[in-house]
Amino acid sequence: MKFLVCISNVPDTTTKITFTPDNKEFNKAGVQFVINPWDEYALTRAIELKEAQGGGTVTVLNVGEADTEPNIRKALAIGADDAIRVNAHPKDAFFVAQQIANIAKDGGYDVILMGKESIDYNGFQVHGMVGELLGIPTVAPAMKLDMSGNTATLEREIEGGKEIVEVNAPFVASCQQPMCEPRIPNMRGIMTARTKPLKVVEATADAARTEVAAFALPPQKQGVKLIPAESAGDLIKLLRNEAKVI
Amino acid sequence: MSVLVVVECDGGEVKKSSLEVASYGSQVAQMLGTTATAVAVGEATEANLAKLGEQGITKVLHDAEPRLKDFVNGAYTKLIAAAAQKEDAKIIVLANSNIGASVGSRLSIRLQASIATNVVELPKTDGGSFTVKRGAFSGKAFADVTLAGDRKIIAVKKNSIEALHEAGKTAQVESFSAQLSDADFADAPKQVVMQDQAGGILLPEADLVVSGGRGMKGPENWNLIEDLAKALGAATACSKPVSDVDWRPHHEHVGQTGITVSPNLYIACGISGAIQHLAGVNSSKVIVVINKDPEAPFFKAADYGIVGDVFDVLPKLTQAVKELN
Repeated sequence: MKFLVCISNVPDTTTKITFTPDNKEFNKAGVQFVINPWDEYALTRAIELKEAQGGGTVTVLNVGEADTEPNIRKALAIGADDAIRVNAHPKDAFFVAQQIANIAKDGGYDVILMGKESIDYNGFQVHGMVGELLGIPTVAPAMKLDMSGNTATLEREIEGGKEIVEVNAPFVASCQQPMCEPRIPNMRGIMTARTKPLKVVEATADAARTEVAAFALPPQKQGVKLIPAESAGDLIKLLRNEAKVI
Repeated sequence: MSVLVVVECDGGEVKKSSLEVASYGSQVAQMLGTTATAVAVGEATEANLAKLGEQGITKVLHDAEPRLKDFVNGAYTKLIAAAAQKEDAKIIVLANSNIGASVGSRLSIRLQASIATNVVELPKTDGGSFTVKRGAFSGKAFADVTLAGDRKIIAVKKNSIEALHEAGKTAQVESFSAQLSDADFADAPKQVVMQDQAGGILLPEADLVVSGGRGMKGPENWNLIEDLAKALGAATACSKPVSDVDWRPHHEHVGQTGITVSPNLYIACGISGAIQHLAGVNSSKVIVVINKDPEAPFFKAADYGIVGDVFDVLPKLTQAVKELN
């Protein structure tokens, strides 16, 4: 089977978020970028399924500029076979979905996996858009994915529970825990990743449909009101009479 | 032209988050000088749908196809697209739920619409542009996003919009068929498994949340969290380290790589407040932190705090709630 795993390049989860002086862009200075944590589930699960099937390929795909290549190499070190980078600034979810759909159409992939959302933009959109652009089902967000022949069995999370869904390839799934234990690269993987193919292609000229006018940080808290542990019960009175939340 | 809102129903009732969505949609309709129509998904009764009038909805489209009871992405997308066509909807508003956002992303392609998810405020429409504020960086920031084109889809984050309640107003419920075929149900569930919720409060829909971290020392102590949650009528949650070691199920994990919650009250017990956890909770209206370490970073993000041992403080709080009630 041919797996296509889409990864995005995001600030490490410990990053303190700041913006450029005009508040139009994220300030990348001094920030460590990682593979989007949700995408790591997609990548590891694709590799596991390929291994279980005893054949097939896992291709990683990123829509990004050249500075994303270290994380693409990392995905190859974790176990992907080859990689494609669409050379473009990922303008919005629609733009990225178009690029992924174009690659998927040309490549004839059976299973397209990605994380449920990126931890920077939190769109939760690209998987649905790719499925719709290709006219195939999307299962989002998936907590479990098993394959038997051409048929996949997935657990889709819904508010308060889950649905067991069966779909036939080709399909798109967006992944989250507890799908698998994301792998980390080992030394052999890092060595072989250097020579695995990484193809760079130019983006198609699709226009974005949304634009960020300005970023802002959440308002700061006014300061904590401390209640002595001995009279902890007073907190409940404050929550009712002052904060009025209970 | 009109505004179309998608209301999710469960067990005959309209979900609380969808009452907010309906209120959002009717206010947008008012801004644009038009009316708001709802389309219902899930299991709904006509009486409850008619009550959407209280949220400012004029008309509700209801397809009685029984297979729409459970979430099916293909069928829901087709149903809502057909409703949008019928109503000539330029704005479609959904909940930023797994269901709403999944359907919204497919619809945006089918209807050639721009889309913003995780939206927290009513739009601004000055100078011909249409801008919404949405959460970004997993709760660490907001982004004002301009939506292009003449069709727009907005997925509204839970608990960010106050639901309207205009008592006595009713909406007209109209039966509607999207002519769904078997092919639209390709991703229909074989089985639906709902979580066993002791108090019946689902975390994503909860107004009040009591959450525990590693400071609880082990799953055997969770009765302290559950007792307080039960007394308050709150949902329970946990930090990532707790779900990582399986003290609690992963669907309770709140944080940057878990779920983001925005309840009216979030009580954190024995959670130090790592930046990844704060990202998941910092849109809560009131945050209470209980921790024996006065230097715990969570106190900086809190409204109320108790420096003390959770094993001593939690029973006192539960007792105080019982006395108050």
